[in-house]
Amino acid sequence: MSEVQAPVTYVPPKARSLFEPHRLVLMAVAAGLVFCMAWFMRWDWLPRYQERLIYGVGQTLLMLFSTAIVGFLFAVPLGLAQVTGPRPLAWAARGFCTLIRGTPLLLQLWLLYYGLGSLFAQYPEIRSSFLWPYLRQAWPYGFAALMLSFAAYEGEVMRGAFAGVPKGELEAARAYGMGRFTLFRRIWLPRAVQRALPTLTGETVLQLKSTPLVATVTVVDVYAIISRVRQETYLTYEPLLLLALIYLCLTGMLVYAFKLLENRIPNRGA
Amino acid sequence: MDATLTLLSFSPPGWGGVLLAGLLASLQVAFGGYLLGLLIGTGGAAGKLWGGPILRDLLEVYTTVVRGVPELVLILILYYAGTDAVNQVMHLLGLPSVDISGLAAGIFVIGVVQGAYATEVLRGAILAVPPGQIEAARAYGMSPLMSLRRITLPAMLPYALPGLSNLWLIATKDTALLAVVGFAELTLVTRQAAGTTKAYLTFFLAAGALYLAVTLVSNVVISMLEKRARRGMVRSGGAA
Repeated sequence: MSEVQAPVTYVPPKARSLFEPHRLVLMAVAAGLVFCMAWFMRWDWLPRYQERLIYGVGQTLLMLFSTAIVGFLFAVPLGLAQVTGPRPLAWAARGFCTLIRGTPLLLQLWLLYYGLGSLFAQYPEIRSSFLWPYLRQAWPYGFAALMLSFAAYEGEVMRGAFAGVPKGELEAARAYGMGRFTLFRRIWLPRAVQRALPTLTGETVLQLKSTPLVATVTVVDVYAIISRVRQETYLTYEPLLLLALIYLCLTGMLVYAFKLLENRIPNRGA
Repeated sequence: MDATLTLLSFSPPGWGGVLLAGLLASLQVAFGGYLLGLLIGTGGAAGKLWGGPILRDLLEVYTTVVRGVPELVLILILYYAGTDAVNQVMHLLGLPSVDISGLAAGIFVIGVVQGAYATEVLRGAILAVPPGQIEAARAYGMSPLMSLRRITLPAMLPYALPGLSNLWLIATKDTALLAVVGFAELTLVTRQAAGTTKAYLTFFLAAGALYLAVTLVSNVVISMLEKRARRGMVRSGGAA
């Protein structure tokens, strides 16, 4: 039997260096393109908007991280309820996930902002409550829509992660005499989070790509700033190209940061 | 309740007909864009797997850029750039500039975005086909094209289907983004109807129900397709 060869698996081509001849040519072409863009397109508006752009990037990142963190906190009970909750709770959680994942985020956002916003305005009790100064602004609706979306998508991931923790580990914990909450806190939750971590990068990047939607309900993020530039300078492409570049850089940094984070977490046998 | 039904009725005082027309437009764009994306994806996967070094690098740039930039921004850029480019070409050919239909532009935009994701899905699926099957085909004397048609493509389907069905669901939801460039699909007509009648909740909930129906019906069809594609395969038990 020792003669039997291991099945031939796909061997990825060697990591190729950045400086192969064809890549040098491609990089030269790319540099030429960038130079043409810098030279022939209009960028004189850039210094005037620099501060606002930085502020916008900050707002985008704030929106991203706040919604992702709060959304993840909601995702844990959503996943848990689907795996082990009593029937009605499991159905409710599953229904919520299906509902959010089955409709476009833009529609949810507009439903919250225009629909709920107009509904709130009809009730004098809400208008006179301490929450009204916040509910009159746009960002709570943007935050709620993004947060619910992240919770639903990540809740689905957490469901799979909770269900995928090997039964033996849970039984071993029970055999040690752990109570249900100790077991959850010490074994089930950490193991599930560990299993869900690799998908977290992708979900966070998707969330970043969803943040510009909040600009459609007048929240000021980097997308809104660029729209402002386009209206004021009558330029079509330059601001949009810069915006694409900004998002590309943000995505790249996010992916890199998550890679660092993942390397710090031992994942043997996960 | 009566007022709501009047608003949603199909004859002109109601907006039901308008909503359904919007849904139809959404589905047309989603379907066209999905097919275009599959086409681009097939070519892209082939190029990434078997193309030359330059083609491979260019495809890598394409998929990276599309997956790293928000769809909303891509749609804006492609919508303006695409219509501009067509008119430039018409101008060069000495023809009068044309008005690009929103439908064609929408399909183009969704197709380009979907193409990048489809490239990755198909590439992964093709790589998942056991190499022994392809070698067996070669041993039978099949030409590369024939083994692609008879072995690789059918054998990769069960691996590709989950990703591809996910892409279809994303396509139906991405059409909503075309509202931002003024294409009259479901989300935009819903907002117009809501703005005109001030019955915001009614219309957004109705549109949500329509989108949800599309998703649920798609899910049923997808599970039937997956069952069919997986026939004869060993069911993987437990958590993979």
